Amino acid sequence: MSLENDSTVDERLKEESRVARLMKRPELGAVAGALLVAIFFMFTADGSMFTLSGIINILSPAAQLGILAIAAALLMIGGEFDLSIGSMVAFAGLVFGFCVVNFDLPLILAIPITLIFCAGVGAVNGQIVLRTGLPSFIVTLAFLFILRGLSLVGLKAATGGSTQLRGVRDAVEGDPLAPFFSGDAFQGFFQWAASMGWIDTFRSGLPKVPGIPVEIIWFIVLAGVATYVLLKTPAGNWIFAAGGDKTAASNSGVPVRKVKIALFMLTASCAALLAITQVLDAGSTDARRGFMKEFEAIIAAVIGGCLLTGGYGSAIGAFFGSIIFGMVVIGLTYTNIDQDWFQVFLGSMLLLAVIFNNAIRKRVTGER
Amino acid sequence: MSESILHMDNIEKHFGNVIALNGVSFDVKPGECHCLLGDNGAGKSTFIKTMSGVYRPSQGQIYMGGKPVQFGSPRDAMAAGIACVYQDLAMIPLMSVARNFFMGREPTKGKFLWKRFDTEHADEITMTEMKKMGINLRSADQAVGTLSGGERQTVAIARAVYFGAKVLILDEPTSALGVRQTSNVLATIDKVREQGVGVVFISHNVRHALAVGDRFTVLNRGQTLGTAARGEITSDELQDLMAGGQELAQLEGSLGGTI
Ligand SMILES: Nc1ncnc2c1ncn2[C@@H]1O[C@H](COP(=O)(O)OP(=O)(O)OP(=O)(O)O)[C@@H](O)[C@H]1O
Ligand SMILES: [Mg+2]
Repeated sequence: MSLENDSTVDERLKEESRVARLMKRPELGAVAGALLVAIFFMFTADGSMFTLSGIINILSPAAQLGILAIAAALLMIGGEFDLSIGSMVAFAGLVFGFCVVNFDLPLILAIPITLIFCAGVGAVNGQIVLRTGLPSFIVTLAFLFILRGLSLVGLKAATGGSTQLRGVRDAVEGDPLAPFFSGDAFQGFFQWAASMGWIDTFRSGLPKVPGIPVEIIWFIVLAGVATYVLLKTPAGNWIFAAGGDKTAASNSGVPVRKVKIALFMLTASCAALLAITQVLDAGSTDARRGFMKEFEAIIAAVIGGCLLTGGYGSAIGAFFGSIIFGMVVIGLTYTNIDQDWFQVFLGSMLLLAVIFNNAIRKRVTGER
Repeated sequence: MSESILHMDNIEKHFGNVIALNGVSFDVKPGECHCLLGDNGAGKSTFIKTMSGVYRPSQGQIYMGGKPVQFGSPRDAMAAGIACVYQDLAMIPLMSVARNFFMGREPTKGKFLWKRFDTEHADEITMTEMKKMGINLRSADQAVGTLSGGERQTVAIARAVYFGAKVLILDEPTSALGVRQTSNVLATIDKVREQGVGVVFISHNVRHALAVGDRFTVLNRGQTLGTAARGEITSDELQDLMAGGQELAQLEGSLGGTI
């Protein structure tokens, strides 16, 4: 018998197949779920659901949720929650509306002011969580109420008693920045495509889909940037590390506090971005904006593979989680199914996703 | 030998009213392995955590290369050249070996906005460094959670060695290892020492310490019981010192000298 140890081959290691590797990706569940939901609607829904205009219809709510969900996913991977993002949408709407309508500021000032102000509130959230060591769940739950209340009080003060602030459209008329935050992008391209007969048109010759709503562009860009940052930058490694084990991370030189504060600022800024696009599109702001969105965003993030305990998940998963959400919200209107099934569906998806993620995590860590 | 790289002078550390360290002095020279021995709760982990910037000493001063220094964070200490492998390893089970290996010190490529984590380079280095330590990884993106306790220890040591510190602190690196991996770790300590790095080796296993140590300091209830050089002290004497002198001697009778 030879005790010689060949250091290049180890007989206990089996080559891992590509499929086995894919099976370990955190976004697997969301991608599979999106396919299943799409197949479900192909059988049950009216065929027009999967035309260009149907898809744009689906992507709009998906994008509005996704802008929040992707940020929420990064924060969850970093080991924290933010329950205040829904209320933050209303609050940011108030700040933005106030800047634009009451102070008559151009967008080039109003947008940065809104973003910075909200990021500041996010930083306060983060500071309180880190200083007190309390769970972010509780701290941001407090801010859920505080910000919603401030939005109501503030709007009444700004309008003299109404919880709606109107007149945004008139105030931003002709502003060069407006097209980046409202309306449809690539209109010229869609008109051209219509004239070439590639896409459906009305009888007048105008395309049925005038362009891609800008929030969809923001959604896709955000998903791309977030995925890149997570997987391909040191900051991404710090986010995983901070959420995986904050003591181990900081002992290894990861600036955990900075990472977490930055993530809280990010979720708040994304809520503000969403508020800006919504307010510009609607022409008014309302204290009820973003109601319950924090939960939907967290659900989308969980469907996208984020673990509630942090340290694991993906931004592209949250992207698909949001698309599932959009497909169901809109898809039900293309069927004869009562739309109130939506909530049942959302809850079931959440439960399934959590069970599924748990199993995946055990696989990844080798069931230890 | 030459002057010490790191000198800890009269360090005290209090946690509320618990006095974990009560005036401990200690130094490391380049190219030596200085063993810090002590029983459970003696304050070894606390002491090296003040050394590596996790805790600030309540009293006392740290000198590096003769100059007084203060570490605000482990990052500071690392920047000054102190690498530490903690007893709890500072590893994240859900993250890949390569991501753990470079945690906090990610290699980058590209400039400005395109400055990104060079994952291929990281994977490659991780594989080769682990191979040097005698561990064949299936792939560098295998999660640390799938490694055995000993393999994890090896990753942590390989990481510290790779980042070439002036002082390498190992907190009980061999306590969870089998025979073969223990001798690997001890051999690595020897290699690291030859490169002129000062190694601080914490253990309560006297045999492991005697195998590689140049000097031995015994800690008991937050105080040093003295430092001895190699050859000046026997295994039995060390054993007795660690236990505080008496208790073990009494025990030894009934156990027939098996400890
Ligand atoms: N954060 C803390 N708060 C309060 N007491 C602490 C803290 N850390 C350590 N201690 C106490 O300080 C003493 C020394 O602990 P330490 O972990 O340094 O021991 P050790 O020598 O490393 O022991 P072991 O061999 O078991 O690892 C113990 O009594 C411990 O309870
Ligand atoms: Mg210890």
